Amino acid sequence: MSEQTSRQMEGTMATAQDLAVRDKKELVTKEEKTVPGRYYVPHADIYETDEALSVVMEMPGVERKDLDIALENNVLRIDGRIDFTKYEGMEPVYTEYNVGHYARSFTLSNKVNQDTISAQLNDGVLTLTLPKVAEAQPRRISIG
Amino acid sequence: MALFADAFDALASLQQTLDSFRGSSWLTTGPSGSGGYPPMNVFRKGDDFILIAEVPGTQKSDLTVEVKGNTIRLAGTKAVNFPEKASLHRRERLAGRFDRAVTLPLEINADGVKAEFHDGVLALFLPRAERDKPKLVEVS
Repeated sequence: MSEQTSRQMEGTMATAQDLAVRDKKELVTKEEKTVPGRYYVPHADIYETDEALSVVMEMPGVERKDLDIALENNVLRIDGRIDFTKYEGMEPVYTEYNVGHYARSFTLSNKVNQDTISAQLNDGVLTLTLPKVAEAQPRRISIG
Repeated sequence: MALFADAFDALASLQQTLDSFRGSSWLTTGPSGSGGYPPMNVFRKGDDFILIAEVPGTQKSDLTVEVKGNTIRLAGTKAVNFPEKASLHRRERLAGRFDRAVTLPLEINADGVKAEFHDGVLALFLPRAERDKPKLVEVS
């Protein structure tokens, strides 16, 4: 069996548990950046509980100090920058992914309490917790 | 090819240089392990090499790095958890396990390998074995 076929077989036989590699998606925005360099869109999960809406984003390489989270006119903008001076003096010999800053924005509904948004950054994963305003939380109505 | 010829568009030139080395055949798949996750980049710095892999969401305790000869194995798990009773609006992050082995086309000093893990990025410092370093030949 040639190497290629065996690799294809390996691909089809891989279990759903195995992680796949995905190319980074470049950011497309209405406004253009004035600085050269590509931005990428971080992969995100969004889920909602009774109390809050959570946005979880993958931004490997972004340090806490290089992260900007801004809220303006109901738009939550996340901008994570890579410190690429770490690459100074290094010559690539083999590459599989590109590095770049990350940016993504979300339009919030008015059911989010915009004053109490909290953020956590762990192992390259940013978790934003957006608590809902009291009126938006579900209430159990008892039948009298 | 040196990075950062011009400091003003340093990021753009880094990205261009990284692009031009995409799919180079420098690194080969090792005899063990499977899959292409995590994606990695390899750089040369002086005599030594640095391998960088992006593994966001994997904790240090869930990551295994092994070096044998000139083969490097990266294995681990990445968990994506949601609280119970949460309704999912968007699901883009992948979870699962990975096991990848790659073979370097050079000899490294396995005892001198150092690993650093910050913000979901793993950096392996791979010192080239002394006997593998190129020798300068004097022209008499």
